[in-house]
Amino acid sequence: MSTIIDGKPATGPLPEESTESPLGPSPLQRFLRDYFSNPVAIGALLVLLTVILIAVFAPTISPQNPYDLGQVDIMDSRLPPGSESMGGMPFWLGTDGAGRDMLSAIFYGLRTSLGVGVMSGVIALLIGMSVGLTAAYFGGRVDNLIMRVVDVQLSFPAILVALILLAVLGKGIDKIIVALVVVQWAYYARTVRASALVERRREYVEAATCLALSHRRIVFRHLLPNCLPPLIVVGTLQTAHAIALEATLSFLGIGLPITEPSLGLLISNGFEYMLSGSYWISFFPGIALLVTIVSINLVGDQLRDVLNPRLER
Amino acid sequence: MSAFIIRRLLQSVVVLFVMSLLVFFGVHVVGDPVYMLIAPDADQADIQAAIEALGLDRPIYEQYWYFLVNALQGDLGNSFIFSEPALKLILQRMPATLELAFAAMFIAVVLGIPLGVYAGLKPESIPARAIMAGSILGFSLPTFWVGLMLIMVFAVMLGWLPSTGRGDTVAVLGVPLSFLTLDGLSHLLLPALNLALFKLSLVIRLARAGTREVVHQDYIKFAHAKGLSTRRVILVHLMKNIMIPVVTVLGLELGGVIAFAVVTETVFAWPGMGKLLIEAIQQLDRPVVVAYLMITVLMFIVINLVVDLLYSVLDPRVRLKEAGQ
Amino acid sequence: MSEPLLVVEELQTHFHTRQGTARAVDGVSFQVDQGQILGLVGESGSGKSVTGFSILGLVDPPGRVVGGEVRFHGENLLALPPERMRKLRGSRIAMIFQDPMMTLNPVLRIDTQMMEAVLAHDAVSRRAARARCREALARVGIPAPEERLKAYPHQFSGGMRQRVAIAIAFLHKPDLIIADEPTTALDVTIQAQILAEAQDLCRDSGTAMIWITHDLAVVAGLADRLCVMYAGRVVESGDIDAVLDHPRHPYTRGLIDSVPSRNRRGQTLAQIPGMAPSLLNLPSGCAFRPRCPQRTERCKQAPALDELRPGHRVRCFHPLRIDTPVESPA
Repeated sequence: MSTIIDGKPATGPLPEESTESPLGPSPLQRFLRDYFSNPVAIGALLVLLTVILIAVFAPTISPQNPYDLGQVDIMDSRLPPGSESMGGMPFWLGTDGAGRDMLSAIFYGLRTSLGVGVMSGVIALLIGMSVGLTAAYFGGRVDNLIMRVVDVQLSFPAILVALILLAVLGKGIDKIIVALVVVQWAYYARTVRASALVERRREYVEAATCLALSHRRIVFRHLLPNCLPPLIVVGTLQTAHAIALEATLSFLGIGLPITEPSLGLLISNGFEYMLSGSYWISFFPGIALLVTIVSINLVGDQLRDVLNPRLER
Repeated sequence: MSAFIIRRLLQSVVVLFVMSLLVFFGVHVVGDPVYMLIAPDADQADIQAAIEALGLDRPIYEQYWYFLVNALQGDLGNSFIFSEPALKLILQRMPATLELAFAAMFIAVVLGIPLGVYAGLKPESIPARAIMAGSILGFSLPTFWVGLMLIMVFAVMLGWLPSTGRGDTVAVLGVPLSFLTLDGLSHLLLPALNLALFKLSLVIRLARAGTREVVHQDYIKFAHAKGLSTRRVILVHLMKNIMIPVVTVLGLELGGVIAFAVVTETVFAWPGMGKLLIEAIQQLDRPVVVAYLMITVLMFIVINLVVDLLYSVLDPRVRLKEAGQ
Repeated sequence: MSEPLLVVEELQTHFHTRQGTARAVDGVSFQVDQGQILGLVGESGSGKSVTGFSILGLVDPPGRVVGGEVRFHGENLLALPPERMRKLRGSRIAMIFQDPMMTLNPVLRIDTQMMEAVLAHDAVSRRAARARCREALARVGIPAPEERLKAYPHQFSGGMRQRVAIAIAFLHKPDLIIADEPTTALDVTIQAQILAEAQDLCRDSGTAMIWITHDLAVVAGLADRLCVMYAGRVVESGDIDAVLDHPRHPYTRGLIDSVPSRNRRGQTLAQIPGMAPSLLNLPSGCAFRPRCPQRTERCKQAPALDELRPGHRVRCFHPLRIDTPVESPA
């Protein structure tokens, strides 16, 4: 203990005082690293990729084309999983009431379900995005009017809107897509508008406006990129919803026609056989549907956790 | 407070009016009104007679006027299939649907809130993780498939519960209710559980998110600092704060549950409005579809009104603001 | 000489986060005698609030008390079973928080929130509890207490809410009140009122108080003893007059000099250069080293809390001389 100050004065900055830290990983690297930190999310992504591959290559990899009447024999109907056809072809998941191979039917069904879901999602996204960006960018009365419409639309349950539309429009794959688009666009619009509004208030947009850049340029090059993260999350979750909704509608008999069955219709067809014990006709398409939806939801959940700015702190 | 109610009532009337316009023009302009309102198997003479009887040769605004007048008197046309007033058919089936919907909401709330609060208080624990995983499954699984599986397991394989239909009913104030009988309950259990699953997951996630947000607030810490028991802190301080967002969302979702009952009613052959609607759509029984739509819209408006009132009761800040304090 | 009411010895509270361990309270020791007012002073991030929470066992995860003792009436609070600790909270040791808006639950009425504090520790009737609350409100100078009981927190002004909080703290006539920056969020005029009332109440009921603040001016007229914290450690403690008139630690000196009213008009305001260190990344040795005008090679080691004179302790290898002149800023 010393009450006298040491003779030596302090000199210069201390050696431990650090100089600037390195810039760190890029946003993309950070995103990938955060995403892949969760093993469940990795699993979900792999499953999803498998499902997508099956859907895309269904005609090539299916043992049988279940909608080619020449390949289907009624004598093969309602065989349990693991049986063989007369010609020696294995029915891994059994056959349905008309003798179709369930595995093939599921592959084709995945293709239809996923195709309808994704296509309606993309269209709804484009429409919703345009509407949302317009509302956010122009603000004022335009914004109020658009958001009124969006709010009213969103206050109605999706299934009700879809049912009524299909009741009016009738059957057909295009009508289903229309119904699904009508049900979804409002979510996209609201999401895009919310993030666009936040961006719009930032100074760089003011600066761009001062520089008299055209509306289109400001919107596309400045507002849009920043709305992408929440859009990706909503898009994933909405697609899962759309697929589930389409399956429900098909199950109810109001959805896709029999010529292009989705998983929902397969499940519906199998309903009557369930009580008599041929559970596989409904069960396996159900599992396929489930796996698809759950994996999309898990991926979407992880995307949301990773892209959420609040959690980035 | 009463000014608030009156204002909301007026708003509701406006919305109802706008909806009637939309429904009317939807039916009459989007589709071919002739085939919309006339039975599909009528011949030419019948069609002509029907056109005149229904006033389809009149100008559109006159048609709307008749539609409105008739609707206010409770006449929304007759069902083609049953030859009875469409409105009467819908109203007859309504108690069954409402019973199912309320049972489902009840399950969702009574199970969901405690599970969600627990998951929020101990987020890293194993039960909490299991609950959250379960909730993801809950809203990913398509309702109709879960219903089928429930029937498979509990009715076909185990034989514990009946697979379809509604049980015995007891009339309360003229309304037949089935949950008051044991047989009724056994028929109600599976469909209610099925319908509740999606909302249950939603409530769990909401309750958990609300709990996680509230539990770090200063007033919770202060409540502990006053020496209150943990039980009181959770049941009184925490609950009252998370109830507000939960009730709001639930209230708005009630309409969704009633609409989604369509699916459960189909799977379990539950004799409600939803099943009637599906059959009507499949069989092109348009008046029934229109009647269902109008009744549902009316119900939504009433529900929204009630939720708004409840919200102001639960959150004193809103109530006093409305009263102009 | 009576036994000190509260003895805090080498208290350590650490926060385990993903970025590392923040040593918010890193070996804090002080004591409070009965009826005494202790001022606990430090910048934001010095660990003073966490010290207060640690005493009451209110540290939220990821924080945890990892070492030391807190002896209240001789008992170590950190080793008490939860139910006994709960009984102490609010009745023998009370706390007043910083932001009264967030301390009172916005959806519950004032009477609910006050009565539950009474009923948690005393088995009295609701009517008796209500009467006590009414008296408590009157004692802190709230007019028309009966009506105020039925109101909600957002219907009160900031100063009123803090008075309610003080009233709640005094409901059971505690031995010790820990006040965590209670006037920071209030207007200056209200601040003075609250300070005066708190002082009166403490004198009247013989309650000891730990007044946590970053504002020296607030605590100067109020406290009997002063305890200065920096980066999770106590750097100086002693009687208030001794510390304020003759500060021995360079940081304390810097704090006193930074009070604007000490400046002559036209002079550049004095500041302590640099910023408080992040608790995740404390410099080795003396934590104040990077900012200290007197640092030397010796300061790379951690100084201990030495008792320079009876009751006056300093954590520094080069404590200031008593007659060190006021330094003009560079």
